[in-house]
Amino acid sequence: MQLEQPRPDETPGEHIHIVSPKVYGTIFVALLFLTAATCGISYVDLGVFNAVVAMAIACTKMTLVVLFFMHIKYSNKLTKLTVASGIFLFLSLIGMIMSDYISRAWGRW
Amino acid sequence: MSDTTITANRAATETESAHHPAHPSFQRHHFESVSQQFDATNFAMWLFLLTEIMFFGGLFTSYLIMRNWYYPAFVEGSHHLSIFWGTTNTAVLITSSFTMAMSVYSAQMKQKGKLVMYLVLTFILGLAFLCIKGIEWHGEWVDHHVPGLRFSDADFLNPKLDADVYKEYHDAPLSPEMAQNTEEYFFLYFAMTGMHALHMIVGIGLLGFIIFRARQGAYTSGHVTFVENFGLYWHFVDVIWIFLYPLLYLISRHT
Repeated sequence: MQLEQPRPDETPGEHIHIVSPKVYGTIFVALLFLTAATCGISYVDLGVFNAVVAMAIACTKMTLVVLFFMHIKYSNKLTKLTVASGIFLFLSLIGMIMSDYISRAWGRW
Repeated sequence: MSDTTITANRAATETESAHHPAHPSFQRHHFESVSQQFDATNFAMWLFLLTEIMFFGGLFTSYLIMRNWYYPAFVEGSHHLSIFWGTTNTAVLITSSFTMAMSVYSAQMKQKGKLVMYLVLTFILGLAFLCIKGIEWHGEWVDHHVPGLRFSDADFLNPKLDADVYKEYHDAPLSPEMAQNTEEYFFLYFAMTGMHALHMIVGIGLLGFIIFRARQGAYTSGHVTFVENFGLYWHFVDVIWIFLYPLLYLISRHT
C-alpha cells in the first residue's frame, strides 16, 4: 500500500522533458525568417503557386510551433495520436466538403 | 486550491492514513501523482484545442468556398488590407509565442522573477497585437468596408477612388453584381480576425490572472501544469493567425 502512494517530493520536472531556451530561440528565429520569406515571396508573381507556397510555409510554421512550442515532439504517444487525429479529421472534413462543392453542376465559379 | 503546504500534507497523512495520501498542495487528490495529473489535464487541453480546430475550421472552409465562388471580389477586397500591419502583427504574435514558451521554461526552472517577466512581456505583446488590429479595423471603418454597419462597394465599382491601392494594383472595376460580393470577403475577414481577437482577449484575461498568481509563487514550486496548458492555448491562437495572415493578406496580390 505504501509503495502505491505518490512520493510527496515528486515534481513534474522529473518526467516532463524540459525544452532548452536554445531550442525555443532557434524556432523563434526560424518562424520570423519564414514570416519574412512568405511576405517577400508574395511580391513575386508565381501564378497559382503564390497560394501553394504561402500555404506550404504556413504549414511549416504550424509544424514548428506544434512540435517545439507545444512540446508534441517530446510528449507521450496518446497526445501525439490526439493531435494527429485532430489534423486528420479536419483535413478529411475539408476534403469531403470541397469534393462535394467541385463535383456539383452549379456552375459559375 | 488548497494553500496547505507539503509539510502540512505530510503531517496530515500520518493521521488520515491511506485514505488521503500525501501530495503537494497543487495536486488534486483524485490524481495518483503529479505526473498523472499533468498527463490528464494536458490531454484534456488538447481535446479542447481539437474542438477549436473544428470551430475555426468552419470559418476557413467557408473562406475557401467563397473565395472560389467570388474570386475577383475576394482578390480586390484583399488588396485593401495593409500588408505592413499584417506582417507586423504576425511578428508580434510569434514573439509573444516565444515569450510564452520561455514562461513555461522559467516555471519549470522555478525562476519566479523570470516567469513573471516573460508573462508580462507576453501580456504586453498580446495587447500590442490587439492595438494593431484596432488600427486596421479603424481603417476599414473609415473606408466604408465594414459589412452590415458601414459598407459601400464604391471602391470596387470605381477602383480609382482609393488612389493608394489603385497605384499598387491597378484593379479593374468589378461588375455591380461582383462588387456586392466584396461584402462577403469583408464579412469573413471580420468574422475570422474578430473571432481570433476574441480568443486573444480571453487569453490576455487569463494571463492577467496567471501573472497575479505567479507573483504569489504559485507556479514556481513544481506546479507547471496550468502555465503549460495556458501556453498550449496561446500557441494555438498563434497557429490560427499563421494561417489567417497568408489567406487574408498575401495570396491575392497577383491574380
